[in-house]
Formats: sequence, structure tokens, C-alpha cells
Amino acid sequence: MSALRVVAETGALERAQRPIAIAAENADDVDRRNRFPLEAVDALKAQGLLGVAVPREFGGDGATLSDLSAIAKALGGACASTAMIFAMHQICMANLLDCALESPWHRDLIKQVIGCPLLFASATTEAGVGGDLRQSICALDYSGDRISLIKDAPVISYGEYADAIFATARRNADTAFSDQVLVVLMRSQCQVERTSTWDALGMRGTCSHGYRLKAEGRAEQVIPKPFADIAADSMVAISHLLWSSVWCGIATAALSRAQNFVAAQVRNHSGHPPAGAVRLAGAFSRLHSVEASITNVREEWEAARSQPTFGVALSVNALKVSVSTDSLAVVDDAMMICGIQGYKNNGPYSLGRHLRDIHSARLMIANDRILATTGQMLLMQRRHRSRAD
Amino acid sequence: MNTQIRTLLAAHGGLSSSATSISNDADLYRAGLKSHACVELMLALEEAFNVEFSDEMLTRATFRSVAAIERAVSMLRHETLPV
Repeated sequence: MSALRVVAETGALERAQRPIAIAAENADDVDRRNRFPLEAVDALKAQGLLGVAVPREFGGDGATLSDLSAIAKALGGACASTAMIFAMHQICMANLLDCALESPWHRDLIKQVIGCPLLFASATTEAGVGGDLRQSICALDYSGDRISLIKDAPVISYGEYADAIFATARRNADTAFSDQVLVVLMRSQCQVERTSTWDALGMRGTCSHGYRLKAEGRAEQVIPKPFADIAADSMVAISHLLWSSVWCGIATAALSRAQNFVAAQVRNHSGHPPAGAVRLAGAFSRLHSVEASITNVREEWEAARSQPTFGVALSVNALKVSVSTDSLAVVDDAMMICGIQGYKNNGPYSLGRHLRDIHSARLMIANDRILATTGQMLLMQRRHRSRAD
Repeated sequence: MNTQIRTLLAAHGGLSSSATSISNDADLYRAGLKSHACVELMLALEEAFNVEFSDEMLTRATFRSVAAIERAVSMLRHETLPV
């Protein structure tokens, strides 16, 4: 319940109501035309929600991860692409806030965000590393205090609309592929050339085109903490928690349509128990456990934040796999309940967009890849289990 | 113990630089130690030194350097010694 109180204190969720309404209004058009949800993102900017997590001492609202989750979930029910853009932006913001104390350049950028909202995107994937976030082929090239970078990025979500891009790269050309840093590059310092087009089953508004990124900047723009530590300490957990909230939002919206459908059946055929009611109840309980698990893992991670154990990382991985799978199952149930009315692309019970969007969940960092890592990490735990037996 | 840790690190760590010559305090993650290699290394350390890492010790900090591993193993050995 502490989560609800914090939301009420910052008023962040209340302020999100207008962007949520605008996102909902434009969701079908964004999806149909494969376009960036400009209106909704502008509304998020206008309400100061891009910088909502900036701490009060820097002039922000100090929104917590719980606040961000609540907004991501609500947006997810309106327009999944807008919600995912919000989540991805906040993940970059968390990385920026983490290095605020040690790096003056990044601290200045945080202050800038308060006066003038900036949208952050990330370029963490690269061609040739087999989808492994933790390896880079491209390397920073130093010339005095200047840096330059050329990166072949198969995906930079909303890259053309971002005001800054957070890119991973090797520390320099002599280091291991895994010795990565994260560098914050301003739009004016980047040249992007589109190399592939995002025309996908769902999440169409994220405009996750492929680019060849060429950038020049200063050495001080490199986040001091190694990327391996950023990923392990916070980025993976925050990503999976916020993505999970988005997926939970999609499932909640789909279930709400199914609920309306069953309610309409009751009105029209009074006296008969509606066919979908049992399935609706099953989907509801599944969704309920999705929500509960997000809260549980967030609390577990926050409690261990200063020194996250591998056990916490296991919980975060398990969350991503289960929420992505169960949210899809909930949307699928909603489709079964609404039948042809859900299958149609128009009308109040249409679920095609929800189903297509939620299909991205298991693939965004493939569940099979996460399970392979989890399987290895479980080896570390085997004696603790047998001891408990 | 230091030499033995380095031998295990060479066999399981998957480092990009030599495990025998890397400095005691060098960051092993920067040198290429990845999570799956870390699991292998931990299991090998447990077997070689007849110790068990506790849940609280299973953090990235424990395996960050040769010196950190040495500290952790020494501590565990001390704890598991018969009184």
C-alpha cells in the first residue's frame, strides 16, 4: 500500500491522465499507420512526465519506480507503443540519475531535463553480437578529450524522435567485447542513417528502425560506471519491471474489453449464465498474480538495491519470463471470450492490436535466452534448496 | 591459494587477458568474466577449496577480482574449519 501512497504524493498518475487519454485516442491510428505516437509523447512532455523521476533536489518530482510502473501500466492499456517508449525513456533516465553524483556533465543534463523535456532513446543492440546486450564490437575512438563512435544498430527505437541516444560501445578498440561503457550522445552530435525499416506485427509505434549511428562528442559524456555494472546493478531489473508493467497494462485493457463483452451478454440473455464468465474468472486470477508478482519483485529488488545478490537477479529474470507469458495468455483468453467480436479490427471488443502488441513480450530479450541464463544461475542455488528439504 | 584461484580462473573465467598475470585487484568483469563463467568458477572454487558460498555472498562484488575471491574463500574456509 506504500506504493499507492507515493503515487498520491507525487500526483504523477493523476498528471498522466491526459497523456493516457490522448494515447488511447490515437492508438489505432499509430498502429495502422506504423507511426510514432507524437501526440501522446508531446502530452507526456507537457505534463512533465519525462522528467518525473528526477529527484526533488534537482527540481524534479522524485517519482519512485512504483510511480513509473503505475504510469507504464496505465499507458500500456491505452497505447502499448507509447507505454513502451515511456518505459524505455525512463530506463535511460535511471542510468543518468545513477551517475549524477559522480559526473558533472550528466548532472547538468539532468537539470536541463527539468526546464526542457528531453526524450531519451537507447542503442544497445548491435549487428554481429547475436543479440547479446553485454557485448559490443563498436568501440569509442579517442582523440584528446573528443570521442567518436560508429555503430551498426539493428534497432534504435524511436531513434529519429529522440533528443539523446544512450549507446553502448567498447571502452576502446583494445578492450574485450564485454568491456563496455554507456555514452550519452545528444541529437546534434549524431548522424543516423536508416538501414532497415520497422514494419512489425505489433508495437508498431515504437518505430524501432535499424540505423547506422555516427556520433562525435566529448569524453565526459561517457558514464563513468562500467556498463556491466550498470546492467547488473539496475538496468536489467528496471527494464524488466517497467516492461512487465506495460505488458500487465495491455492484458488489463484486453481483459476489461472481455469483461464488458460478458456484461453485455448478461444484459441480453438474462437468466442464462454467460458462456465466457468462467474463462473470464480464470483470466482475472492469472492477471491478479501477474500484478502481485511485479510488486513482489520490485520490493525484493529495492530492498537489495545496494548489494543485489544473484538470487535477486533470478527473481527479476523469472518475473520477465512469467509476466510476458501470462500476459499473452490473458489477452488470448480475452480473445476466446469475445470471439469474432474480439477478432474484428473494429468495434468495442476488438483485441487484434492487444494480441499483436503482447506478442512482443516474450521476444524482447528472448525468454529462451533468459531461461538459459537462469538455468545456469540456478546451479548456484542447488545446495540451498537441498538444505531446505 | 592465489595461484590455485588463478588456475581455476584460467580454466573457467573465459577472460580476454591471462589469468596468471592479471593483477590481484584488476576488475575481472572488465577483463571479460561473464555470468555463466562466474557460475562455473564458483562451482570450481567450491570443489577445490571444499567450501560453500552462502546466498548473501553470491554477489558480483565477491568475484570482482582475484583478491576479492581470495578474501571470500579465506573467510569461508575459516568458517568451515572444525573448531
